[in-house]
Amino acid sequence: MIAVELRKLMLRPRMWLSVLLLCLLPALVAVFVATADFPPPPGQGGAFLSAVRRNGSLYPAAALALVLPVFLPLAVAVLAGDAVAGESASGTLRYLLVRPVGRTYVLLAKLIALGTFIVLAIVLVVVTSLGVGVLLFGTGAEAVGQAGTVTSLSGVTLSPAELALRLLGSIGYIVASMLGFGVIALFLSTLTDSGLGATLGALAVLITSSVLQALDAAEPVKDYLPTNYWLAWIDFFRDPVFWHSINQGLLLQAGYVVVFFGAAWANFATRDVT
Amino acid sequence: MIVTRELTKRFGRVLAVDQVSLHVHAGDRYGFLGPNGSGKTTLVRMLLGLVYATSGEIELLGRPVPRRLAEVLPSVGSLVEGPAAYPHLNGRTNLALFDAAGPGAPRRTRRHRIEEALDRVGLSGVDRRPVRAYSLGMRQRLGLAAALLRRPRLLVLDEPTNALDPQGIREVRELLIELNREGTTVFLSSHLLAEVEQLCTRVGVVDRGRLVLEQSLSELRTPTGRILVDTPDPAAAVALLDGQLDQRDGNRLFVRHPDPAALNALLVAEGVRVAEISTERHTLEQIVLDVTSSGSDRVDRDPDARRGRTP
Repeated sequence: MIAVELRKLMLRPRMWLSVLLLCLLPALVAVFVATADFPPPPGQGGAFLSAVRRNGSLYPAAALALVLPVFLPLAVAVLAGDAVAGESASGTLRYLLVRPVGRTYVLLAKLIALGTFIVLAIVLVVVTSLGVGVLLFGTGAEAVGQAGTVTSLSGVTLSPAELALRLLGSIGYIVASMLGFGVIALFLSTLTDSGLGATLGALAVLITSSVLQALDAAEPVKDYLPTNYWLAWIDFFRDPVFWHSINQGLLLQAGYVVVFFGAAWANFATRDVT
Repeated sequence: MIVTRELTKRFGRVLAVDQVSLHVHAGDRYGFLGPNGSGKTTLVRMLLGLVYATSGEIELLGRPVPRRLAEVLPSVGSLVEGPAAYPHLNGRTNLALFDAAGPGAPRRTRRHRIEEALDRVGLSGVDRRPVRAYSLGMRQRLGLAAALLRRPRLLVLDEPTNALDPQGIREVRELLIELNREGTTVFLSSHLLAEVEQLCTRVGVVDRGRLVLEQSLSELRTPTGRILVDTPDPAAAVALLDGQLDQRDGNRLFVRHPDPAALNALLVAEGVRVAEISTERHTLEQIVLDVTSSGSDRVDRDPDARRGRTP
């Protein structure tokens, strides 16, 4: 069933379209930044943007900062929201269950497919943005005289190997963040036959969380908001790496995965499939 | 093959299936009849473990369901409320995906089984176009092919001939009879009486969630005790058969008589010409109409008549 679910994922034109769009946004921004004759001031247009003009190999980090707040969760919500609800609406869920495929197993396969999609999307964004970044901005070798060094947010220079390691850490962290959010959408997907409804529900969660995060009065619940630690991956680019938020964030996302996957299972395993 | 005991399903305040005790024997071609909304589909879903019963027991192939569903379902092929497939993929890919999803379907034989199933339902020459571009009838055939993929011992089909043209209906009927001869028990639900009458050996009739009749078709279609005579000389016949005549409809006479051959001889001996003579039998349609009320898709002003309805 897991292999079937992955094959279905790969055979889906919609999935590739959303990945393509995710890769296009950073490319578009890169073109604008490269053709403008002034660097974006720090703090405008997402993290790292002002630094990438000096070294294109940092562009994947900037690209991740661009897609993370809206586009990536949107793609995740669409896929996860449709996971069970879409099959239920089209009737294919019935035929999977009478194969038979256990209900727990269906959910597990959906979760694994979701994780695969997130990894795939992020890796493709990183790879394409690395290509675009190096192409448009160079590797900074001309300016600094030292091949491929990057200055971390703390001002220390990073070697390409260190940069790659930190980028990998960021990818892992963002995958965990998206998985925590995606499981919420997956849970909503078991509640309804409308994939759109589940997707919108998940986006409502996202927006609510972002609003509360910006609100000082919501301080007591802030640590538990799903989006609270999403930007902590930036700490991978400090020197030394600032682990506190990263660890908190991973713990929080693990909690979301456990709680909402459990809720999805409890609901789906006992539900009438009509 | 299928036994249910006092099977009941309640959706909120609506009683969809009410204490149904079914008995489908091995080798049956069982027709499950009932008006629209009488609980047929809900019962089929319960048999397959999609919907959980409120109370009662189900046994499929001798094992309790839904507890041991995983052991039973690999030997059951089913079509539940219309076929379903992934619209952007072609028919063969769809079958391969469904086949691979469950246990006990060896990859080695998959291609062969898919071709065999497509062949049986008349789709062997289908090209690589996606299911989105299939006609309704083709989708129905594809759904049947999916049910046959694992050469099941029991077929549970919910309205299998929906969307098929008369030619297709006949093909499906012949296919089901052939499969039944090879040892597959067939259980199909339908509201098409003619379909069931031509295909099935036993029928169960459900009305508003209750099983009101379960019998073999040959027992049901007993003679009514009347003989139908079509004659160009009705007046002479009526005079001759005085007292035995039950009903007259122009040239057609319904006569109470035990033996059509003897009646024929009598009429002809007296010079009454006989165009047609036959034993009148109970028709499935009359039997079913007698034991059921109108379907739930008919909504009359009086609300008292309404009770069970599938949501």
